[in-house]
Amino acid sequence: MTDICSLTLAVAAEALRKKEISAVEATRACLDRITRTEPAISALLCVDAENALARAVELDKQGPVADMPLFGIPVTVKDAICTKGLVTTAASRILEDFTPVFDAFVVEKLRAAGAVILAKNNMDEFAMGSTTENSAFQITRNPWNTGKVPGGSSGGSAASVVAGQCFASLGSDTGGSIRQPASLCGCVGLKPTYGRVSRYGLIAYGSSLDQIGPLTRSVADCARVFGVIAGHDRRDATSDPRPVEDCAAALASGQSSQSLKGARLGLPREFFGGGAAAEVRSACEAALRVAESLGAELVEVSLPHTDAAIATYYVIAMAEASSNLARFDGVRYGRRAAEPRNLEELYVRSRTEGFGTEVKRRIMLGSYVLSAGYYDAYYRKAAQVRRLIRDEYLTALERCDVLCAPVSPETAWDIGAHNADPLRMYLMDAYTLSLNLAGLPGLALPVGKGAESGMPVGMQLIGRAFDEAKLFALGHALERALPGIGSPALA
Amino acid sequence: MSEQKTVTQDDALKDDVLKMASLSRLQTDGEEQSLFARQFRDILDYMDTLASVDTEDVEPLYTPALHGGMPRDDVSVPGIGRGEALRNAPRRDGEYFIVPRIV
Repeated sequence: MTDICSLTLAVAAEALRKKEISAVEATRACLDRITRTEPAISALLCVDAENALARAVELDKQGPVADMPLFGIPVTVKDAICTKGLVTTAASRILEDFTPVFDAFVVEKLRAAGAVILAKNNMDEFAMGSTTENSAFQITRNPWNTGKVPGGSSGGSAASVVAGQCFASLGSDTGGSIRQPASLCGCVGLKPTYGRVSRYGLIAYGSSLDQIGPLTRSVADCARVFGVIAGHDRRDATSDPRPVEDCAAALASGQSSQSLKGARLGLPREFFGGGAAAEVRSACEAALRVAESLGAELVEVSLPHTDAAIATYYVIAMAEASSNLARFDGVRYGRRAAEPRNLEELYVRSRTEGFGTEVKRRIMLGSYVLSAGYYDAYYRKAAQVRRLIRDEYLTALERCDVLCAPVSPETAWDIGAHNADPLRMYLMDAYTLSLNLAGLPGLALPVGKGAESGMPVGMQLIGRAFDEAKLFALGHALERALPGIGSPALA
Repeated sequence: MSEQKTVTQDDALKDDVLKMASLSRLQTDGEEQSLFARQFRDILDYMDTLASVDTEDVEPLYTPALHGGMPRDDVSVPGIGRGEALRNAPRRDGEYFIVPRIV
C-alpha cells in the first residue's frame, strides 16, 4: 500500500472521505513517521499522541461530513499559537509551563474542520529569528540535509511538512517566517493579507506585521487550509470583515486555474540584482522562463525603497516587540524568579532569566527607538518610509497580476554559520519583510534546487490585498508546469 | 587621539545599553553589556540609513489594516472565569495573584 504520509493533503482527504483509510490510520501513520524522523530533524516541541488518537477515533465513529474539509487530516501547529490544554511555549523558557485555557481562532477552525492536531512545532523564540536556532529548547534541522538550517522562524512547521510528519502545519509570518522556511525546506507557504486571518490566540511579536498562514506540500493543499482559517473574527480588531473566496473549490473545478497564458508577472529589478546567490537567481529565472513559454508576460517593475526596507522593518518590529513582550512579568503566567525581594526585582529577574539573548536584544532596541529623543528619528521615520514602500508595491501591482521574487538570497546555510552576527542575519530577510510592511499576501513555492548546493529554492508570488485567489491560481499553474523537487530521503 | 575617542564612544554605548536594559526591565552583566554595545552600534548605524530617505509630507503608516476597525457591541459577554484566569499563575491563592508586598 502507498505510504499514507507521502500523499498530499487533497489526496489523503479524498481517501478519508471515501473511507479508503480511516482517521486513526492516518493519525497512526503520521505518529509513526514522527517517531522515525524526529531524532534527525527535531521539528516538534510536544507530541500529543493520546489526544490526537482519541480525536481520530471520535471522527471515525462520526464518519466523514461534507462541511469538514480537513476531516481526519493530521496537522501540526507552530508553538506561538495557543492550543487549549496543550503546552504552548513560543519556544521560550519564560513560557515553559504555560498551558493555554483557550484555543486560538485558527485552532478552533482547524478542529471544526475535522483536523487532528498532532503536535506543536519548534520555532525561534517568540518568532525572532530566521533559522529556528533561537529556540530555547532545541535546534531544528533541514530534512534535505541535517547539517543545514530549516529557516525560520516557522522552521519546525516547514521541516515537519517536508518530512511527512503531517499534511499541513500552521506558521506565522512577521517578516518572512512562513515563506522563508518553506523556501529553505522546499514546501509551499502562504503569508495571507494582513487582516485576512485572525491573530486571536497568536502570541504577539509585531502586531502590525504578524499573520498566521499554512505550510503544505502543494498549492492546492495550501488553498484548502487557507479556506479553513481565513475569515472575520471580532476578537481581533484588525480582522477584516469581507467574505473569503473559496480558493480550493475554484482550483479543483478548474474555473480559477487560470493558466499562465496572458498573466502579467512583475519582476522587481531590485530583487533580481546582485544580492541573491547565482544558484537562487538562476532557479527563479528558469521557472520564469517556463511561465513565459506558457504565455505569461514578464514585466520589469521597480520598488526603489527596497534598500530601506530592512531598517524600516527592524525599527517597527522591535518597537512593537518591546511593547508586546512587556506582558511577560512573572505575575499572571510564565516563569517567575525564585524569592524576589520586591515587585521590581520580580519583574527584572523573571524576564532576565526567562528570555533568550536575541529576544533581549530586540526588546532593548525596541525600547530605545521608542524612547523620548529617538522616537521621531527612528519609529516615526520608519512608519513614514513604510508608507512609501507600501505605495510602491501598490503602484507596481497596478501594472501586473502578481510580482515574482526569490524568497531568500541563499539556499539553506550551515547550522551556526551566521549566529555571531545578528545584523548579518537580519539582512537575510531582505526579500520577505517588505511584504509584511505593506500588508500584502505572498505565496512561496519551490521552483527547483540550487545548482551548487542541491538545496531547495523558493520563489514568492506577491499579490494585491485580499487577492489570495490569484496567487493560488497562478501558483498552481506554475507548480504543474515545473518538474517538482521530490521528497528528502529521511528514514 | 582616535583610540581615546573610541573608548569614550564605547563607554557612552555601554551607558545606553544600561539605560535600554532598565527601560526594558532587564539586567545585563558586564560581558553582555560589551557584546550588546558593539552589536547595537552596528545595528543602529544600519538603521541610521533611514535618515537619508526623503519623507517630507509623508504621513506615517502605523498599520496596513484596510478597514477602520469594527467596535464590538457594547454588551458584556462571559469571560474565562477566575479559576481559569489564575490557572497559569506562578503564585495564587485561589482568588488572587500573589506578588511580593508593595507597601
